[in-house]
Amino acid sequence: MLTYVLRRLFIAIPTLLLISVVIFFLVDLAPGSPASEIPLTVPPEVRAKILESLGVNAPFHVRYLLWLKQFFWVEPMYAIDYLFGTDYAQGAQRIISYSSRSPVFNIIIERLPQTLTVIGTAYAVAILIALPIGIYSAYRQYSWVDQLGTFVSMVGYSVPTFFTGVVLIVIFAVKLQWFPSIYDTTLRITDWGSLWKQIHQMILPVAVLGLYNAAEISRYTRSSMLENLSQDYVRTARAKGMSERVVVLKHVARNSMIPVVTIIALGLPGVFGGAIVTEQVFKINGIGAALIGAIHANDLPMVQTITFITAILIVTFNLIADILYGVLDPRIRYD
Amino acid sequence: MPNGAKPVLQVRGLKTVFRTRTGEVHAVNNVSFHLQRGELLGVVGESGSGKSVTMMSLLRLLPAPPAEIRAGEVLLNGRDLLQMGADELRDVRGGKVGFVFQDPMTSLNPVFTVGMQITEALRKHMGLSKAAAETRAVELLQLVGIPDARKRLKAFPHQFSGGMRQRVMIAIALACDPDVLIADEPTTALDVTIQAQILELVKELRAKLGMAIIWITHDLGVIAGIADRVMVMYGGQVVEQAPVRELFANPQHPYTRALLKTIPKISGEREARLKVIEGQPPMLSAAPSACPFRERCEYRHDRCNAENPLRRAVDGREVGQGHDVACHWQAPAPAARETAHA
Ligand SMILES: Nc1ncnc2c1ncn2[C@@H]1O[C@H](COP(=O)(O)OP(=O)(O)OP(=O)(O)O)[C@@H](O)[C@H]1O
Ligand SMILES: [Mg+2]
Repeated sequence: MLTYVLRRLFIAIPTLLLISVVIFFLVDLAPGSPASEIPLTVPPEVRAKILESLGVNAPFHVRYLLWLKQFFWVEPMYAIDYLFGTDYAQGAQRIISYSSRSPVFNIIIERLPQTLTVIGTAYAVAILIALPIGIYSAYRQYSWVDQLGTFVSMVGYSVPTFFTGVVLIVIFAVKLQWFPSIYDTTLRITDWGSLWKQIHQMILPVAVLGLYNAAEISRYTRSSMLENLSQDYVRTARAKGMSERVVVLKHVARNSMIPVVTIIALGLPGVFGGAIVTEQVFKINGIGAALIGAIHANDLPMVQTITFITAILIVTFNLIADILYGVLDPRIRYD
Repeated sequence: MPNGAKPVLQVRGLKTVFRTRTGEVHAVNNVSFHLQRGELLGVVGESGSGKSVTMMSLLRLLPAPPAEIRAGEVLLNGRDLLQMGADELRDVRGGKVGFVFQDPMTSLNPVFTVGMQITEALRKHMGLSKAAAETRAVELLQLVGIPDARKRLKAFPHQFSGGMRQRVMIAIALACDPDVLIADEPTTALDVTIQAQILELVKELRAKLGMAIIWITHDLGVIAGIADRVMVMYGGQVVEQAPVRELFANPQHPYTRALLKTIPKISGEREARLKVIEGQPPMLSAAPSACPFRERCEYRHDRCNAENPLRRAVDGREVGQGHDVACHWQAPAPAARETAHA
């Protein structure tokens, strides 16, 4: 197992390097220039200076290598310095956002909590709802719970979140006025009142994203359960006199969860990337919103960095999913 | 009753129907039989004759829907399993009645250790502690001839060969000292030498533990070697039933006679088994109002098309007690008895 993990990590390095080149190249090809963000009133010499200081005009490979060094060397140094109060970085140049001129990682750190609370909660809620529904609707196939679950999942999965989001806003925020339509990112939780307010404003976005994720996970759970329910070992368990509870929740669920856990693990990088659309609809100032903003502003370092972090997470969670598979399924041995 | 003993299992008028989209399938039709303590009843019949569905109906193991048990009673020690509450029935399953299924490759749960799958039943039915259950599981694995038993408890099913898995299945079925062991073609999926080993094992266990056994098979050769009594099924019905020597010496039903002819003289010619009976097995889409075997029967006459024959005694004893057959045709008395294969 350990050798397998090490080997996979080793293979991940060239993969990620290749991804980083491709991302860098594609982002670079995109039309538009960071110069357009500089006000027109700025005199041309100053404008040239600014662009120069940003390193915009250097050749592609120079900018790429610099970014690579900053990403893998300088930024970790700063992180260590920050955590342990050391000074390894010694003022080295960090990855700087073109538009805000502050370090990209600072922006990410600042935005991350919004994304994690809303998107993360939505994902957690989705899992908690989806698993029991998926298990029950498979066990009672074609019951009304199953039919309803199928219908809601179809809707949840096929209707895009910008539509469900807007519909929920119109109904619950505008018409009924039960919830705010805009997420207040400046809210600080200091007491029960503000905690309640936070939960209150999270409900709509969590519902929109949760519905979407729950739809997918519950479908997976259901079909995996169905597949296992018709297996011979289920009959053996019943013939041994096991209760339905044990048969379904122990024997069948334990087998069915193998692919479902994998799907859940593979979905986790999406939590970091934020749900771009949902963040947009509810004006949540998270990573997804930062990425969209950066794309509009031709803020190349920001776009590259966020995209690349997402890529790292995807590669990592793929590995985690594979490891989980091996842990959950004794028939699989990695060596 | 022979010996005046009460049978451990008594099945009367069992009727099981599958309701499918294309209509009903009458898989088990008015099946009655009994099983004495310590007796080995062989059940033969070609594929689709309703052997498995009959046995699974006894313990209500069929998924409902589509299966529906329409009629009958299944008395285990005098108590009707078909009328029992779910909890009580679960005490019978794996407790008083052990079940071994056809395919050992898929009948064990792949993600749990063999030890867990044995102890689970022990803990439920016998209320054993974890340690006590494990000790008993080791004994069971030794009983069914699995070497290095204590270590093997921690192994997963995929780490066993097919024959070893079937031994594990037998260990599970025997775990709680059942009165009845139902073995549904336990050796069909295994190769010939392993089959022979499993057969030996069951004979030995039967001598040692003395439970009653229902042994389902395609293979009359196997039946001849181990059974006390034989029940022949065709089209969801019992067409003939007799003590094993009697059946081989004096088969009555045309189907049984055809079956006996298909037994290879030298064991090993396995291709020649049941396929040589001409014709197709019957469609079971309607409750039969005629003899299910008539299409393939060389002795067919008008009555066979009009009336499904009831089981009638051949040797003057009560139906079910001696030799009986469900056929309108009267087989000629055997010229001599030395033709017996048994
Ligand atoms: N789930 C089901 N739905 C519909 N029909 C079924 C179902 N299960 C079994 N049957 C039908 O019941 C009949 C008897 O099947 P059964 O499995 O008892 O045969 P068998 O004698 O055990 O055959 P084999 O020797 O192949 O195991 C068959 O005609 C089969 O098509
Ligand atoms: Mg069968």
